[in-house]
Amino acid sequence: MLYREAGQFKETYAADSAIFPILQDRIGVALIVLVAFVVIPLVASPYLFSAILIPCLILALAALGLNLLTGYAGQLSLGAAAFMAVGAFMSYNFALRVPHIPLLLTFVGGGLSAAAVGILFGLPSLRIRGFYLAVATLAAQFFILWCLTKVGWFTNDNPSGVITAQAIVIAGYTFDSPQEKYLLVLSIVTVMAVAAKNMVRGNVGRQWMAIRDMDVAAEVIGIRPMRSKLLAFAISSFYCGVAGALFAYAYLGTVEPEAYSLDLSFRILFMIIIGGIGTVMGAFLGSAFIVMIPIALSTFVEFLDGTLHLGVPSSVSSNLELMVFGALIIFFLIVEPYGLARIWQITKEKLRLWPFPH
Amino acid sequence: MKWFLRVLVGIALAAAASVATAQGEQFIPLLSYRVGPYAAGGSGYFGGAIDYFTLVNMNGGINGVKILWEECETEYNAARGVECYERLKTRHGGASTVEPLSTGIAYGLFERVAQDKIPMTTNGYGLAISADGRVFPWVFPLGTTYWDQAAAMVAYLGQKAGGEAKLKGKKIAFLYHDSAYGKEPIPVLDALAARDGFTLIKIPITPPGNTQESQWLQVRQQNPDYAILWGFGVMNPVAIKTAAKLGYPRDRILGVWWAGSEEDVIPAGAAAKGYVTAAFSAGGTNFPVMQEIVKRVYGAGKGNLEDKSRIGSMYHTRGVTYGIMIVEAIRQAQAHFGKGKVMTPEQVRWGLEHIDLTEARLKALGASGLFPPVKTSCADHEGSGMVKFQQWDGKEFKTLTPFMAGDRAFVHQMVVQGADKYAAEKKITPRDCSKEM
Repeated sequence: MLYREAGQFKETYAADSAIFPILQDRIGVALIVLVAFVVIPLVASPYLFSAILIPCLILALAALGLNLLTGYAGQLSLGAAAFMAVGAFMSYNFALRVPHIPLLLTFVGGGLSAAAVGILFGLPSLRIRGFYLAVATLAAQFFILWCLTKVGWFTNDNPSGVITAQAIVIAGYTFDSPQEKYLLVLSIVTVMAVAAKNMVRGNVGRQWMAIRDMDVAAEVIGIRPMRSKLLAFAISSFYCGVAGALFAYAYLGTVEPEAYSLDLSFRILFMIIIGGIGTVMGAFLGSAFIVMIPIALSTFVEFLDGTLHLGVPSSVSSNLELMVFGALIIFFLIVEPYGLARIWQITKEKLRLWPFPH
Repeated sequence: MKWFLRVLVGIALAAAASVATAQGEQFIPLLSYRVGPYAAGGSGYFGGAIDYFTLVNMNGGINGVKILWEECETEYNAARGVECYERLKTRHGGASTVEPLSTGIAYGLFERVAQDKIPMTTNGYGLAISADGRVFPWVFPLGTTYWDQAAAMVAYLGQKAGGEAKLKGKKIAFLYHDSAYGKEPIPVLDALAARDGFTLIKIPITPPGNTQESQWLQVRQQNPDYAILWGFGVMNPVAIKTAAKLGYPRDRILGVWWAGSEEDVIPAGAAAKGYVTAAFSAGGTNFPVMQEIVKRVYGAGKGNLEDKSRIGSMYHTRGVTYGIMIVEAIRQAQAHFGKGKVMTPEQVRWGLEHIDLTEARLKALGASGLFPPVKTSCADHEGSGMVKFQQWDGKEFKTLTPFMAGDRAFVHQMVVQGADKYAAEKKITPRDCSKEM
């Protein structure tokens, strides 16, 4: 009843191919955007911004980047964190070495550098696929971190091998407080998510999906595999690169290459698997799941302990948290192997028919 | 969005609960890690700190002010650590100071602590240049940094060779964790090699370092007089075992302090016998303060370590050392700002800049010999720079030297240089320490 599309007629092709063809979706998205941009900044605490929302959004952006490559173009990659590292370290160097460069442009520069590196490491995808490609991208993960540690230029010869992100100043305004940083991250993520949504609905996205589903068939119908695969690597790495730059500038501040370790790559991969491979929404849901659930569990155990005075030793609560988190991942994967985004899709289908299912 | 609600509810309730707690206690958040690959270190270190805090509270607190602490599990992960810090920093009237015991987390907190005005200690790790309090007012690498440790190692090897001048013409291999951590001492070692005339053979080991045959073969071929092992985690026992297999004498290997705990040598078994490491605190329970912890804290069943055999292990005494330094800083702050009052983070920061743990003071605290005297100031956030050397005899670490320093003036000038460069890059105006009291 709530999700009735009856009566919503599309009269033009433009209306039919709109990004959100259903009125309820448009309202829903508008509401989410309104809440994210207006309500949350008004009510949320600095803790919520700097510990949960900012990392959640940044990792969602990285997951979105990986989802374009893995979910849409079908190229398995284990190098997402490395491309993030390229974005962060190159943004830092652009800001450091190019005088008077606007900060947003350094993020773009970081993203483009990551895209270039992504194309380079995407070349093997023309010959190999599946797990073999994953291993090839694993090389990117090791090589890039090694290179950032080895070559002093990237860290401006910092003796500890770390970079400290410059202050975020855009058009003379300093983004200093957690709230301001959140709004900046949110704006960038929103723009890039809308762009991704449009990309996957358009020519590029369809080429990717054709390649993913059967690359020989795609080639037969005239899609150039080299171009689309490398484009997927470039765009995916661009997204990861921007996310990496934000991770350094808006979240951690001072970072060592180790912050972008293989562990982070895996976490991003898990995000898209749990959130839903080949969906834009899945990146956000997956990121929320991976970032928030452990924190929620730990607050929950702490809260139980505090109110019921159980006296749980911290070693027990720490282990308990990991066990429950693992169990939850398995639970969700069994209940819905296609990810959290699929759960939402099914709910939507049901809502359309509710209260009169066939 | 069930989980989201749960987060919100959890946070709201936790926040409500924290408001209800009593005022008048000095709150110290502990960003501990008790699960994951580094759990042994985290549980020992934070266990030691908690044991000492418990002892202080049993003795009536710091001039009557009890210490209150709360743990948060970081899993040694930078993102989790930042979340823990953000979660705990406002509780119980505000955090006095924070110690993450993780380089990654410390980097994540670097700017945050300066903005929130909460002093952070990075005892025995972190940025060497942050010892310069002019540029880093909120960061305290108390005790010794990696750079001073490297200088002390060279001094020790010089001593062994019969004077630092005798190092001329010697070969020292430097086997390091190929990461920012392992590369940190290279500038100091290079400079000292140039000054003293020894050859430094740098051999990187890719983390985690499960196989090191090729590296130790290289050591075998070049046959250096000494080998410095700057490793972490599983790399250390593997290095010792591989050296034994290829016949490089263990008593010529000199480990960094993070390669100098029971957890590093016991897995290597008999091969570790004779292996030498640096240490910023002593181990064992022979100190009066450790005896008191054993008797009163563990005697009353309030000890934090579950495995009693770990009492007095290297990580445990490192934690006690941290506890003593922090409590002393708070005591100093109280002496200046008012005894028996809860100190604000800024007052604790003042205290951290005025720690004066002399030999006599350490004796009074029952910690003489546990760690070297520490005297901090506005410009010097390190306060000691001394390291001792110990040898594993197959059962326990035996002290080889008293606490000793390398060429601190040499290191200091490099620290100032590095800090000035950092300040210029970040457009920070260093404080004028002559104007501070």
